[in-house]
Amino acid sequence: MMWFFLLSDAFTFSSLLISYGALRFSASVWPAADKVFQSVPGLYDSGKPLVFVGIMTFILILSSVTMVLAVEAGHRNSKKEVITWMILTVIGGFMFLGCQALEWSHLHHEGFWWGSTPSAEALKEFFTEGAGTEATRHLTSQEFANLFFTITGFHGFHVFTGVIINIIITVNVLLGTYEKRGSYLMVEKVGLYWHFVDLVWVFVFTFFYLV
Amino acid sequence: MSTESQEVHHEEGEHQTMTRRRIWKIALYLSIITAIEFTIALAIIPGHPNLLKYANPIYIGLTLVKAFYIVAFFMHLKFEKVGLALSIIVPILFIIGLILVLTNESHHWITLRG
Repeated sequence: MMWFFLLSDAFTFSSLLISYGALRFSASVWPAADKVFQSVPGLYDSGKPLVFVGIMTFILILSSVTMVLAVEAGHRNSKKEVITWMILTVIGGFMFLGCQALEWSHLHHEGFWWGSTPSAEALKEFFTEGAGTEATRHLTSQEFANLFFTITGFHGFHVFTGVIINIIITVNVLLGTYEKRGSYLMVEKVGLYWHFVDLVWVFVFTFFYLV
Repeated sequence: MSTESQEVHHEEGEHQTMTRRRIWKIALYLSIITAIEFTIALAIIPGHPNLLKYANPIYIGLTLVKAFYIVAFFMHLKFEKVGLALSIIVPILFIIGLILVLTNESHHWITLRG
């Protein structure tokens, strides 16, 4: 059943991402990703395009890897290893959420939010030089901000749920529930959900930060 | 479904489960692909802005390769029964349909927006 839930979830994410694509295609200008995402919180305020999101992507891929390793350990009925890998996965999830919170608050401080954009003067910095008029820049930045917070927010909510589910499963492993049951199939099922969250991020990352 | 998939595991043994070596190998592929994407975005494009039109199809292609590795190996779909795999993959065609419809539509919106 997990697969069919994920299929329906894939439809939801696709419709969000496809609307993003359609709005972006129909816009004459669009904020340049390497100008909007320039900061590494706590280290650099600007001038480091895409570095921070690179770290986030790497964290999520790694936590996906630790999840498969947990599933693999489950096949061998090795409780100890399952616990280690599950805890690492949970930590990875929290790190990703923390990074996302920093990214959001940074953009929010710059003035981007649902229904609000930075001032016209500040907006110029986020576009390729001389692109668009003041009106079109304002319009597309607003579309960008709404879509960015909606889509990464929806994804972040999935990560958050995933972390909670992973914690529940880890506790169950610790209590020996699956050892008694003789199979770690539940670990495999939540693993599917966790990989799906990683999969969605791969697409969000490409379409918001690279393209 | 749970008992089914366990039977499959027993029938084909070694091939079914991901060995630890294989997991790290796939993880390495995913990291390399991400590294390539960053190299294109940070090192190649700033020096050659005229190459930008080739970059986007490359990004999307690489993303699909990553998606394939995650779904096929991490999510194990490659080792599931053909029926399950098809019932997941075929509905994805609807998404491709929606992409085609809306990209086409958005080209008309440009003229509407003026």
